[in-house]
Amino acid sequence: MILGLTRSWTLAGYIVAAILILPLLALLVQATMPDEAVFSHLYDTVLPTYIYNSLILMLLVCVGSLLIAIPAAWLIARCDFPGRKYFQWLLLLPLAMPAYIVAYVYTDLFDYAGIVQRTLRMLFEWQGPHDYYFPQVRSLGGAAIMLSLVLFPYIYLLARTAFMEQSSSLLHASRVMGCGSWRSFWRLSLPMARPALAVGVALVAMETAADFATVDYFAVPTLTTAVYDTWLGYGSLAAAAKLSTIMLLVIFAIVGFERFARRKQKLFQKQTGIDESDRHVLNGSKMLVATAYCSVLLLLAFVLPFVILCQYAVDYFAQSWSAKFFEYSLNSLYISALVSALCVTISLGLVFVRRVSPRRMDTVPSRLASTGYAIPGTVLAIGVLVPLTYLDFGINDIYAYFDQKGPGLVLTGSVCALVFAFCVRFIAITIGSIENSYKQISPSLDMASITMKQTPTNLLWRVHLPLLNKGIFAGALLVFIESMKELPAALLLRPIGFENLATHVYQYVSDEQLELGALSAIVIVLVGLIPLIYLNRSLEQKN
Amino acid sequence: MKLLKSIAILGLASIAGGVNAADNLTVYSYRQAFLIDPILEKFTQDTGIKVDVVFSKNGIAERIQREGKLSPADIVLTSDFSRLIELVKKDLVAPIESDVINHNIPSQYRAPDHTWYALTKRVRNIYSSKERLGKLDINYEDLASAQYKGKVCTRSGKHPYNVALVASMIAHHGEVEAKQWLSGFKANLARKPQGNDRAQVKAVKEGLCDIAIGNSYYLGKMLADPKQKSWADSVYLNFPNQANRGSHVNVSGMALTKYSPNKDNAVKLMEYLTSPIAQQAYAEVNFEYPVNPQVKPSSLVASWGEYKADALPIYKLAEYHQAAMKLLDEVKFDL
Repeated sequence: MILGLTRSWTLAGYIVAAILILPLLALLVQATMPDEAVFSHLYDTVLPTYIYNSLILMLLVCVGSLLIAIPAAWLIARCDFPGRKYFQWLLLLPLAMPAYIVAYVYTDLFDYAGIVQRTLRMLFEWQGPHDYYFPQVRSLGGAAIMLSLVLFPYIYLLARTAFMEQSSSLLHASRVMGCGSWRSFWRLSLPMARPALAVGVALVAMETAADFATVDYFAVPTLTTAVYDTWLGYGSLAAAAKLSTIMLLVIFAIVGFERFARRKQKLFQKQTGIDESDRHVLNGSKMLVATAYCSVLLLLAFVLPFVILCQYAVDYFAQSWSAKFFEYSLNSLYISALVSALCVTISLGLVFVRRVSPRRMDTVPSRLASTGYAIPGTVLAIGVLVPLTYLDFGINDIYAYFDQKGPGLVLTGSVCALVFAFCVRFIAITIGSIENSYKQISPSLDMASITMKQTPTNLLWRVHLPLLNKGIFAGALLVFIESMKELPAALLLRPIGFENLATHVYQYVSDEQLELGALSAIVIVLVGLIPLIYLNRSLEQKN
Repeated sequence: MKLLKSIAILGLASIAGGVNAADNLTVYSYRQAFLIDPILEKFTQDTGIKVDVVFSKNGIAERIQREGKLSPADIVLTSDFSRLIELVKKDLVAPIESDVINHNIPSQYRAPDHTWYALTKRVRNIYSSKERLGKLDINYEDLASAQYKGKVCTRSGKHPYNVALVASMIAHHGEVEAKQWLSGFKANLARKPQGNDRAQVKAVKEGLCDIAIGNSYYLGKMLADPKQKSWADSVYLNFPNQANRGSHVNVSGMALTKYSPNKDNAVKLMEYLTSPIAQQAYAEVNFEYPVNPQVKPSSLVASWGEYKADALPIYKLAEYHQAAMKLLDEVKFDL
């Protein structure tokens, strides 16, 4: 497309992308620094266990989420039963629940001192822990269950959409050819949903790798907790960076595998989707099973933990309802709002360049900027601190050169570091949602705009922006909730003395007194619900 | 455009917020702020010097190191000795000369080169179930003995309190014997190390284990909490190794940072923290043993009885800290 796109736009795009990719490069450089044999010691002793735990956890969570999500998605998309309309969006709610909160609540219930085991002991008159077997909640398996319970909605959401979009004539054809409903599910629907499932599984795997608080609370050492321990326990940033690189390799391998697995798949189907009338109406026992399945899932993954959280909050309301609580809430809101606004602004620029530039090369900036999503918060923190510290010193050196008193640590001593890290991590979300919205704007509009001698700025401001508002809003909301929930990066990068809701809640979880932080936890969950409801509504309209 | 403008303002405001404005003292503290707030308020009243305390459980040394000569920190307060050693090792602290402090703190509880000073003593005790074991005359060495198989609970071995204990075992027995002890200890555990010191006492109350290691002041804290009182009531507090070298003692402490912007005032505050008034407050608020010999422990703490402390100087433990970390990894204590 020929457009008066000045070089400055493209150049700005590359510069922004370079800044956003800086943490990753800094990390790799840091990993080559000497580490006083800390890494080789870890390598000889505990590293294999860390890697094993990380991989097994990812595997278990992916399998667990698939097993939970696929039946739910199938029931909602292709069957009809009482409550289907409500379960459709209710099953998304667990996404708003931070995994470590669910973990805490279930530990309280199922631990040796918890109500379940106490009741069992009373009923059967067992005296001690050696009289019976009860699975440990705080274990690798326990962590896998907790994470599956809150992460399955990613797969559910994508699989549900995939099942809904499958053309009904194709399914009719398979039935005509003699496939029963099971067979047509296995041989047609499931394989056709594979791309969607792969994306979902990759997302779940990344989230699992990034989880810090759950495994930390369950005392299951993984690579994520190892990075934290190595940095702050051994005090070796270089060894921590080496561990981080291993972790990134694992994650990029997963993403690469996901891309590779569907490299040759091409799907051709008319986007008709299925009508209400095509839904299989369930009766009798089948209906009961379907309703029960969805209800139990919702109960375990959301209702029960949330009700217990509310119970804690009521019991300890007097201690939690304080000026501090408002301070932390404001901190969370402020950071999240700032990050959302920045992500939207930057993504708009990057995607715009990509849209109007005639060169294929110019897709690079937005691609590069999106890699941050794969970097776990703990790892990202290292990558952010290193370059920003250099910058801080550079700034102060300049002041010193002119014999002025420097401003001190303007970047690493303030929320700047935190905001920057959040932007690096979450900008992929806004880039994705804006790109999606762009697909619905016909290029002829751009051409018309050129014919009318509009500048690129005008094209973006007056033509694109009004048409993109939905995508922008959805992206901003998702970034907002992710910023509210993100823990490890906040923990490591916050200015000293700064607390937001997530770090506040985590402090109580690690002190085994979530009761006192329950109110803050509820705010995180409730704020997280808003984008989910919005997201679901926009998806429904599409269907 | 309005939106862009407000973003810019927000951004600038956040930068300004990060810059240290006044000549106040800044304390980076590994200890929770509420423990020291009353003491610092009194200090401000007496001297007119304002103090900002920022609390972080982790990573203060790393932060000061990174901040270098730009760091706003004047004083670091720690909850155990290994953090003090870490600060010294990274060359982040400055020695001070103060007759007041030297008078208030016995030489056993300060660095020979005056780079750090202890403020309170914290004994690593062994709790035992009242119901199943009763009061014990026990040694740390017994944690590895076969009679307690499957009956011992502890928090993570990598926690500074436990690392210090392991370091003291290395100091007394050498690395080889300490490693044997540590594997035996691990084999005796009723469950994988988890939770904090209080959670171990809770586990004793619930019958999951009979013995737990934990600092003594937790007993005072649990007795003060209505929900946890029953946990505390279910255990005896034992001072280990009374028949021989004495119980392992860790310390909380303080150090002056190398690039402290306000050294004179910082030394004043450090002197104040060792004074009888401040030491008394430490003893009363958190049930710890003051290092200043003129100050007595609180009446509750005194009721737990006299004890003999390990005479090994604190700075000696430092030499074995890294070795202790490695031993814990080698026997896979937490895994």
